[in-house]
Amino acid sequence: MRRVDRWVGCGLTALALAVLWSARGFPDVPGQKLGAAFLPMIVGAGLLLCGVALVARSLRRGAYAEADTAPEVEEHFGSAVVIVGAVLAYLFLSERIGFLLIAPLCLVAVFLALRVRWRTAVLSAIGGTLVVHLAFYKLLRVPLPWGPLTPFY
Amino acid sequence: MDAIITAFGLVFQPYVLLVILLSAAYGLFVGAIPGLTATMATALLVPVTFFMPPVPAVAAIVTATAMAIFSGDIPAALLRMPGTPASAAYADEAYKMTRKGQAETALGAGLVFSVLGGIFGVLVLSLAAPALAEVALNFSSFEYFWLVMLGFSCAIFIAGRDPVKGIVSLLIGLLIAVVGLENPAGTPRYTFGNAEMMGGIPLIPLMIGMFAVSEILRYAAVVAKPVMATERPFGNVFAGMWTLIKKYPLQLLRGSALGTAVGALPGAGADIAAWMAYATSKRFSKEPQKFGTGHVEGIVEAGAANNSALGGAWIPALVFGIPGDSITAIAIGVLYLKGMNPGPTLFVHNPQNIYAVFIVFMLAQLLMLPLGWMAIKAAKRILHIPASVLMPLILLFCVVGSFAINNSLFGVGVMLIAGILGFCMERWGFPVAPTILGVVLGTMLEEHFFSSLIKADGNFLVFFERPIAGTLGVLCLAVWLWPLARMLRRRPA
Repeated sequence: MRRVDRWVGCGLTALALAVLWSARGFPDVPGQKLGAAFLPMIVGAGLLLCGVALVARSLRRGAYAEADTAPEVEEHFGSAVVIVGAVLAYLFLSERIGFLLIAPLCLVAVFLALRVRWRTAVLSAIGGTLVVHLAFYKLLRVPLPWGPLTPFY
Repeated sequence: MDAIITAFGLVFQPYVLLVILLSAAYGLFVGAIPGLTATMATALLVPVTFFMPPVPAVAAIVTATAMAIFSGDIPAALLRMPGTPASAAYADEAYKMTRKGQAETALGAGLVFSVLGGIFGVLVLSLAAPALAEVALNFSSFEYFWLVMLGFSCAIFIAGRDPVKGIVSLLIGLLIAVVGLENPAGTPRYTFGNAEMMGGIPLIPLMIGMFAVSEILRYAAVVAKPVMATERPFGNVFAGMWTLIKKYPLQLLRGSALGTAVGALPGAGADIAAWMAYATSKRFSKEPQKFGTGHVEGIVEAGAANNSALGGAWIPALVFGIPGDSITAIAIGVLYLKGMNPGPTLFVHNPQNIYAVFIVFMLAQLLMLPLGWMAIKAAKRILHIPASVLMPLILLFCVVGSFAINNSLFGVGVMLIAGILGFCMERWGFPVAPTILGVVLGTMLEEHFFSSLIKADGNFLVFFERPIAGTLGVLCLAVWLWPLARMLRRRPA
């Protein structure tokens, strides 16, 4: 946790400076000494203090108990990255190739990343897409994009 | 009286009752699966409730959360994995009871005392909220300003272990709330010229990201292999419950009262209530040495506490629009969407809707007995459903749900970023509850601060002049000064 706090503290300090720098330009409320810059300034100042405090604490000895180190768990960041990638793919491709094509593709990728077997993955992806299509597009009338499948609309 | 009769009419309709039944089943299912939390259940419900009238929409949320908080006990007892964080406090205890062959008592106590605690919370809610609303009708911007500040202070100092990280978390929430046009000067802030950012960061996709997507990422990153504690079929879970009620009436009452109070404090919800109740139970027990070896007393008190916290959390949410926990933070978003803006005037103009919420709450608690019993019977089948198949489907649901709020991909982007943020915050030890409080209350804080400032005409003492505002202000300062004073006192020694 000590090293995490140091880096997060640095990041927060940078964020705070950016907030403070950009808040200078916000106008005041007419007739008042304060305005739109007030809350961002408070937030920026608070973040700056906390960021510096975190870095200072991480440099001080004895601020962290020995038991603070998390127990070792098996971790697979690869699967988490695939999930983020799948949502990004949906964000950028759904309008172009349509919900009915992008959704099963993303689903299969995520299923496989979570070590589901191929057959189960493909079947659940198709089934899941159809259920969501039925529930949101047909029942709730959410305009999910059709993409190149528009002729079948 | 008319309003109460109208309220019964609003609830006892086939459509509303069907919604309650379906969301009860949904809540029990989601709560029983480790990794799917009650807050996540609420966040996932919102896109669906979006298309319902106000009463069934709120009914769905109330019912699903009450059921999910109970059914979190099931995997706690069988797998030692709490189904929701609210069951974490006594997961070990319940698991040890199961290993000792007392699965029925552990699960039965979880169910029966959840129901009793829940009923206590609802009763307090339906008595306290209208009375408080009457007082709150006279509140001005000063009182609201201090209430919001008090809420922030509670979230930082009571809910979290590390105040510095709590403050950071709150400030990040405020920073998110700052985005957009809605501010006293009506000027775009941090919109980067993007038209959709002008309207601010949409709340619902943010919540879906923070509470659902972050859980999916966590599930993917950390692999845990649970072991079922018992494979034999369960006997009668209600056997011996009457004896327990007669043996632990004080524990039941204390747990329910503590739970309701903690629930009503902003930022602290069912999970913290359960931890505190378990600790209280152990401290005042006649046989504290039995705690941790499979002893039912702590389950009685903490099980009652986490369900009563749900009712408690709705008190500030309905009366002031200040959420008592993360679940009501989402519920407040739904209330605004439905035109049921929370606040004391809601009790004057739409009392039938408020009473309908109370009735649904009570109905959910009563339904929990038969449905919870069925869930326990079906527990092993539910727990054998592989989460790796559910998680991707939930992800698709999150994506489409975030899109559906404004029919815009902007929501999906917000959801993804919020999901990554929530995941990182949890890993790095930052509590998420203050962030949510900051997002929900940021605009309110700024608005009340500026209208107070204009009334005060530059004199800050006016913030303390009205009696209730002054009391709240002093209370707020005390919450901040107390830990400081303790730190200073400790230093010379």
